[in-house]
Amino acid sequence: MDQKKTKNTLSRRQVLGGTAAALGSVAAIPYASAAESNPANLPPNVPEWTPYLGAGVDVNPYGMPSEHESHVIRRNVEWLTASTESSINFTPLQDLDGIVTPNGLCFERHHGGVPEVVPADYRLMINGLVDRELIFTIDDLKRFPQVNRFHFLECAANGGMEWRGAQLNGCQYTFGMVHNVQYSGVRLSDICREVGVKPSAKWVLAEGGDSAGMNRSVPIEKILDDCMIAYSMNGEALRPEQGYPARLVVPGWEGNMWVKWIRRLEFGDAPYMAREETSKYTDLMESGKARMFTWVMDAKSVVTSPCPEKQMMAKGQNLLKGLAWSGRGKITRVDVSLDGGVNWTTAELHGPVLSKSLTRFTMPFEWNGEEMKVQSRAMDETGYVQPTIQALQKERGVNSIYHNNSIATWFVKSNGEVENVRLG
Amino acid sequence: MYGLVKTRHFTKTSVTTSVFAGFAIALSGTAIAAERPFGLGTLATAEQIAGWDIDVRPDGKGAPIGSGTAADGEEVYAERCAGCHGDFGEGVDRWPILAGGLGSLVTADPVKTVGSYWPYASTVYDYVYRAMPFGEAQSLTHDETYQVVAYILNMSDVIDDEFVLSNETIGSVKMPNQSGFMLPDPRPDGQLASAPCMQTCEVSTKIIGRARIIDVTPDKQ
Repeated sequence: MDQKKTKNTLSRRQVLGGTAAALGSVAAIPYASAAESNPANLPPNVPEWTPYLGAGVDVNPYGMPSEHESHVIRRNVEWLTASTESSINFTPLQDLDGIVTPNGLCFERHHGGVPEVVPADYRLMINGLVDRELIFTIDDLKRFPQVNRFHFLECAANGGMEWRGAQLNGCQYTFGMVHNVQYSGVRLSDICREVGVKPSAKWVLAEGGDSAGMNRSVPIEKILDDCMIAYSMNGEALRPEQGYPARLVVPGWEGNMWVKWIRRLEFGDAPYMAREETSKYTDLMESGKARMFTWVMDAKSVVTSPCPEKQMMAKGQNLLKGLAWSGRGKITRVDVSLDGGVNWTTAELHGPVLSKSLTRFTMPFEWNGEEMKVQSRAMDETGYVQPTIQALQKERGVNSIYHNNSIATWFVKSNGEVENVRLG
Repeated sequence: MYGLVKTRHFTKTSVTTSVFAGFAIALSGTAIAAERPFGLGTLATAEQIAGWDIDVRPDGKGAPIGSGTAADGEEVYAERCAGCHGDFGEGVDRWPILAGGLGSLVTADPVKTVGSYWPYASTVYDYVYRAMPFGEAQSLTHDETYQVVAYILNMSDVIDDEFVLSNETIGSVKMPNQSGFMLPDPRPDGQLASAPCMQTCEVSTKIIGRARIIDVTPDKQ
């Protein structure tokens, strides 16, 4: 594999010809993707895959990406956590187009590993301040009226390593705790009608069946507004690592609340103050006091190409690509700067532009080998504008870990290399 | 602060009025409230609920019958917890530190422990019973859990050696950082003007930090 990549880099340089000379150090492409180029496959020759029959329909009952895309994977940062069972990996945003994250690339965050839930033995229990304490099977859940909605799921700690400065040199590691899929499932408001929620119920404890027994308190207003119990993502059953066979969907709010392998909802008159909502997902300010119940994910955006993993390959016409999202509604505008925030151009938003969903933007541009400091700045339908890191630091200091939705800077060098940098 | 939570308003939570209105109608119609609109699911028995309803709230609601002291907990802690958390709660390798850190929350290196940060003793019980020991979840008895939680609280001098932690007392334990949390969420904050600058904006474009130099990014795979 390594050898292939090395050869590939050389051949790519040959193909690029004159441009490659100017891009000498691009030999160190971190995530080279194309297979080794063989002139015998190029025009006017007949490529090697043409004369012979390929694989039949019985070869891949469940299709996988091309072997040439094997670099497009989730990655983790080993030093972040004590064990991989209570840890996180990152979505390779830099390799994706559109707004849908393929199921196998959705970042994972577990607190006790991925349980192997047997669907026939799966149960969702509803108890507490309800008229009828009920237990549902997965088949019961699938008999409720169905809703299908696209939503992003972002970990509150996305970008958390970047509060003090540029630390991780990659789009994947600094923005990849987010994914966006279409969920199919049941409105929680329908389940609430089925159990008959008592007027005194103000909070719902959502609890998972994993080894962490993940539990979070959700206010009843949110439960009734747009929460759902999802059993499918992107058309197929939830992946085990995303909560199979059912998870809570809390649109626009921090991912930790989207309890996976959900086994119980308890209705109560006060928050439960679970470990994750007190000792963990609270935001420590300079005063030594912490913000609590900071649920919404504020508007954010990132340029996914160029980025540290997607270096500039050639001068001339190029395409800048990125993603924007807001937990408060739809993205209305994304501006892009190539000079560190001095001058901005409004990028093109690509539909569908959905509420609390990733939104794709692109901007064609010409590159002549000059240095660039690439930034993007999202706005949402509430009028909110994505802040600079300095603005967030001024409000919150540098110890809050969570909810860093600030503008990042990718520094493009004249040789095409791209670095995560901090301006100031 | 717990009282504050109960009475907080949700002005920042967007509520879809149509869903809300529909729900209100469903509740007010006694015929609907008395029936299950979809007829799905089965009634849970008290025994089924008792097996799964393991949460404990700050006021002690949900705390199972049982008790233990820090003195009782020393042995359980040594056997089931110290391997990761250390004999003194100092944390082995990257496993969580349980004690110490008092006064550190205002420094550049805050140490968040049960003693320095956690606002409620109930949370320690709730978490230890449901998730600990790591990889052996829900294997401690209720008495063992009270014992080990008492031991952990004692490490931070929240309670003394002989304090009997139980379903009767857990709601009354006062944690050092109980008043250390703020509600409601003040965001959005720190945002730019609603009509942000587009041309010749006055910002510093000097590079003051580079991830590549810090060099903690994992090697390419």
